[in-house]
Order: sequence, then C-alpha cells, then structure tokens
Amino acid sequence: MSSIAMSGVKPRAGATDRSDSLRPLALAAPLLLLLAFSFGAPIVLLLSRAVYEPTIANALPHTIAALRNDSAGVPAEPVFRALADDLKTDQAAGAIYEFAKTLNTRLPGARSQVLRLARLAGQDPAPTREAMIKAAPLLGEDQGWTAIRSGSNRFTSFFLLSAFDLRWTDQGTIGTVPADQAVFTRVFGRTFLIATLVTLATLALAFPLAYVMTNVRPVIAGIVLVLVLLPFWTSILVRTAAWTVILQKYGLLNDLLLWLGMTSDRLELMYSRTGLVIAMTHIQLPFTLLPIYSVMRAVQTSQLRAAQSLGARPFTVFRRVYLPQVMPGVLAGCLLTFILCLGYYITPVLVGGASDQLISNFIANYVNVELNWEMAAALSFVLLASTLGLYVTMTRYLGLDLFKMG
Amino acid sequence: MKLIYRTTLVALLPVLASAGMTSQIRPASAEELTVMATGGEWQAALRKAWFEPFAKKTGITFNEQEYTGELGKIKAMVETGNVPIDLVTVETSTVLQGCDAGVLIRLDYAKVADRARFLPGTALDCGVGIDVYGDVLAYDTTVLKEAPTSVLDIFDTKKFPGKRAMRKAPAQNLEWALMADGVPIAEIYKVLATPAGVDRAFKKLDTIKKDIVWWEAGAQPPQLLASKEVVMTTAWNGRIQNAIDKDKRPFAIVWDNQIVEYDMIAIPKGAKNLDLAYKYLAYAAGPEVSAQLGAYIPYGPVMADATPFVPKEVLSKLPTAPDHMKTYLVGDVEFWGDHGEDLVKRFNAWLAQ
Repeated sequence: MSSIAMSGVKPRAGATDRSDSLRPLALAAPLLLLLAFSFGAPIVLLLSRAVYEPTIANALPHTIAALRNDSAGVPAEPVFRALADDLKTDQAAGAIYEFAKTLNTRLPGARSQVLRLARLAGQDPAPTREAMIKAAPLLGEDQGWTAIRSGSNRFTSFFLLSAFDLRWTDQGTIGTVPADQAVFTRVFGRTFLIATLVTLATLALAFPLAYVMTNVRPVIAGIVLVLVLLPFWTSILVRTAAWTVILQKYGLLNDLLLWLGMTSDRLELMYSRTGLVIAMTHIQLPFTLLPIYSVMRAVQTSQLRAAQSLGARPFTVFRRVYLPQVMPGVLAGCLLTFILCLGYYITPVLVGGASDQLISNFIANYVNVELNWEMAAALSFVLLASTLGLYVTMTRYLGLDLFKMG
Repeated sequence: MKLIYRTTLVALLPVLASAGMTSQIRPASAEELTVMATGGEWQAALRKAWFEPFAKKTGITFNEQEYTGELGKIKAMVETGNVPIDLVTVETSTVLQGCDAGVLIRLDYAKVADRARFLPGTALDCGVGIDVYGDVLAYDTTVLKEAPTSVLDIFDTKKFPGKRAMRKAPAQNLEWALMADGVPIAEIYKVLATPAGVDRAFKKLDTIKKDIVWWEAGAQPPQLLASKEVVMTTAWNGRIQNAIDKDKRPFAIVWDNQIVEYDMIAIPKGAKNLDLAYKYLAYAAGPEVSAQLGAYIPYGPVMADATPFVPKEVLSKLPTAPDHMKTYLVGDVEFWGDHGEDLVKRFNAWLAQ
C-alpha cells in the first residue's frame, strides 16, 4: 500500500528538486521490483497466450507455404500433399496430438479426423486428395480450411473474438457465433449484474449501519465493529459453507421462516441467485462499510447544526451538507465491493445455481478442465480490461481518489 | 511466559532441524512413490487395498497427495519442468486429453501387463484402468413411495415430482436424454455425433431443466439425498453404496440403464521415479491384487481374470454384477475426446439460458 500511496502524492507546484520525488521512489524500489517480477510479468505472460498460439503454424509449415497460392475454399492437390508430409513429420515427432487438440478447439470434431489422417499418411506414402477427404471429411469443407488458414498466423484474434461470442466467418468477415454456442457475453453481463446487485445491497446495509456507529457511544460502536469484522477475519470458504447450512432447503432460515409462519412452503434459497446475492452481500459488507464509516467519522456535526440553524430542513442538510462529505467514502466502498465481486469464484460454485456461474468459474474451467489456457487468458484479459476501465472511469469522472482515502 | 516460549523453542529446535534434514535426505535413501488421487473415501480405499500392501511387500512407501481431478495442475507442473508426482489417478476422458496435451506419458505396456488381460477400453495409451464404476440413479426409500425402475425415470416428473440432481456436465446426461427419447443404446454415440442428435438431447433435458439441481463433486449426491434437497439423483454407485453400508442411510440404487465408466491411473511426463511407478502398475495389474479394491468400495476390477478373486459379498454390489448389466451403456472415450470441449460450451450456454 505504501508505494501506491506515495505515487499518488501529486508533485508540488513548482517543485524543482528532482531528488525530492526520486527518493521515495528509491525507497519503494524493492517493492516495485517484486511486484513487477511476481505480479506484472506472470500476468503479461499469461495474457499473451490469448493472442499468441503457434501450435498450428508449427505443425503445418509446408501446408501453410502451399496455401499461399490458394486463398479461399478447399485447396487443390499440392496443398493436400504438403499436409500429408506435415502430418507424417508431426506423427514422428509426437506433435500430432497437440495439433489435433488445438485444431479441435477451433473446429469441433477435428481431433479424431486429424489422428485418422495422420495414421493414413503414415501408412500410405502418397495419399490422394480424395482419400484424405474421405478420412477427414472436414477437409472437404470450407470451414475446415478457414480454421487451418486462421491458425497459420501465430498471432490470432480467435480467442479474444470468442470471448465476445464472435468469430471469423468463411467469407473473412467478423460474425457472431451460433446462438447455441454464445455464452460469454451473457456470462459477462451476469457477472456485472450480480456485482451491481451485491454492491447495492451492501450499500443499503452499510450506510445506515455506519451512520449509527458514528452516533452511538464509542464502546457500542467498537462492539458493532468487532461483530462486522469477526466474520471478515474468517476464511471465505468457511463463511460460504456456513451459508449453505443456513440457506439449504431443510436449513436454519427455512425452519425459522416456517416457524414464524412467514412462508407456507420451503423456499429454494440454495443453488439460486437469491442465495448467492445474500451470501456475497454478507462477505462484502465490511469492504463497503469501512470506507463509509471512516469518512462519516470525520464529518463535523457542528456543520450540520450550523446548516440547521440557518434554516435548512433535515433533508436539505443531509443532501447538501452531509452527503457531499461522505460521498467519497460511499463511492470508494462501492467500487471496492464491485470490483471484488467481479472476481468471485468459490461462492458461486457452492451457493449459486447453474445459471449463476460468473466469469471466474468459466476461466477456472478452461484452465483446469479443458486445458485451453488461451481461452482462459482471453477471458481474463477482458475481465481485467473492463475492471481497469471501470476504475479509470470512476476516478476520472466521479473525482474519486482511492489513494487519498488512505 | 517468556521463559516458557524460550524453553519450548529450545526443545523444539532439534525436532525442527531433524525434520528439515529428513526432508532433504528422504528421496535419496528410501524408495518412495508420490501419488496424487482425487481423495475422499475412494482414495482411502486405494490406500487400504493397494498402497499399503504394496509398501509392505516391496518397501516402497507412498507419499499421497490429493487433487480435484483437473489436469490443469499437472499441466502447470509439466510446463514448469518440476513434476513432484509419479502417479496420478484420472478419469478416462482426462487420460485422452492429457495424452494429447503431452502431459501424460505413453505407457510401455511391456512393463505393466499384457494388454489383452484388461477389459476392452481399460488399457489406454496413456492410462491404465484401475476400477469399473457405474453412473446410476439413487433415491431415498423413505421419501419416494414408488421405486424408480430405470435411470431414465429421472425424466419422469409426473410420476416422480420434485427436484432431482444431475452431474453438472454434458457427459452421461446427454446419453441418458437420448435413451429416454427412444434412441437404442447401440446408436447413442452415432446420434450424438450429429448436430440434430445434440439438439434432440438438449430438447429432452429441457423438459426437466427447471427441476434439476446440479452436483459437481462425487460426495454431493449422498448429501443432497440426506438433506432431502432432491428426491433422486444420479451418482457414482460406490458413494451411494458406502452411504448405505457405513452411514446406514435408507438409500437405494437403480441400475437399469447405468453408464459404465473406468477410473484410470497415469504417469505424468517428467515423473522422477519412472521405474518405481511401472513396478507399482505391474503389481496392481495382478488378478488377485486387482480384485482387492472391491472390499473397501464397491468398484469392480478391470482385469478380465480378476473376477474369481472378488469377495463374494461384494460381487452383488458391483456395477458389473450380472443383475446390474441387463441394460447398460459403456461411456465412449473417443467421442468425448472429439466433442467434449464443444459440448461443454454448448452445455454451459444451455444452462445460462
């Protein structure tokens, strides 16, 4: 935090002594270096995977050279001959499987066809174009060659486009993917929607609570603060698991609601969006509350009384004197919660339903299960870019400076 | 107080020092295999049935790790060139994927066992089968008045109203959907390979979508039944059987139209104790040894010659028991290798709709 705080200090007007601004930077140098090596570099390396995917280009050097003369559609005999040679080489080098898997990402069903083709190329020294198309029907279709042509470039926009449910069409224009494959725009939308809901819910709880805390005896405020912070110090996994105990069909909350007669049937709170928003709101509450509380404590009540004595109604005092002073805290708290919500992973897994999975769940799936790190990098890139964009917008247009919050 | 801390620290120092030293020496002096499995009751069963007897016989001890069955972790190890594990248990579809990605090594079966001794489809290039399990239907006998007779009854919301749980993955569910829609078992994968077949399967799933609770970990189905969150659930047979036998739950298993699958063990690329790993694989492929797992969790052996050694009382609980094999489908690894990623994406898009 210290380096950020320091870099946030604006140079004094007319400051001529450069060493003045360099000295704190030198002090922060070890931290900056550590951040660059352990944080910046891995992120850049991982994100570069979203646009750099050389597997296809490496696997098919001759085919790609031959394809230069054949710019669209299913190519002629020489390209197929080059392809057979390339596959034979890949088979011998053991690179065929990774190539098949990579092509399968762009062209579902290609995997087994490529492997069959490689076996054919291994047995038959000069397979004909027809025999190859028979072994791999995708080679007889435009889309098969569109995928190979687009893969011939080591730098690809395929994954970033996919992150927006877009793709290159066979005609070389950008179009949307079929509706039954379009998933990411919806998931990004859902991620932002849930983050907004949780932010609003925490604000609705935190604002009055912070106000009460600034107006009661310090002992009581301290107790309330500890009550808010105690769960904050507990592992997020434990807190999420606790919510499953409370929210499940035969859980505490349903028992209580039935006993009070507020519901006639047990509610489906688990594996639903309601449950997810409740659990996330609880986890995020301290992040919204603490910045608001810290600014509210600094507001001088004498100013409010002065406004009142000058004839302002309570609402006017609140709107024109109180609110402008606590606004930076409110915005900082909301921004903090919103950004943290964008990256939620374990709570949606445990409490959310199938249609409540957020973008992090998809990134994790591509990293861990599909082994498609390129797609994961592309999704991460979009998430990171939108988070940074949001932060810049907030600080620039709403005049919020998180670093000044200290 | 300070004195207590100091004395404790002094007393602990030799312990700490020796701990540090042993961790440095150990790999060189004693023979040890590091195995990573998916944990839970299943891993405990592996330990009792195979790891401990093997250690007793050969002196090669096991250092056990746990993971969630996702290849990403192993891929990261292989890419960084630091592979601290020698053996890893995986699902069949994962074996194929790991094979393609160059994360798992292609096995030399001369060092394991004759491939003909394995049940068909359990001796893959990059993975050796270790057990046979069934994807089945389970329910609580105290909740359902009328017993379901087939896994496909999960699609019958009229006769069996209420929430039902299915695994959050396209595999198995799409197959069952097609079966329920009248596709003969022999043609399931042929139909599913066509876009029209996929549409048909999702359309069938649509009919019960709003009643489905999705599970992800194998331990969830018995919990979902126990908490009465669902009236029935698809599950791995061993998890339900253990809940019945050990926790005395009033659950029952429906075997008709089960999908038979295999668990596998593989060697990651760059494993340091390759010879020891092969030694273990050869040991576990022995007919008598292969049959031992059933005593701890009701999963069948993959060695064709192991059946006579399976304990009698276990035999009737296995997915391969004659009573359970009236109608069944064997999961097609090649199909899921080809269409897995695509169908997972389609499945996720469908879930989000």
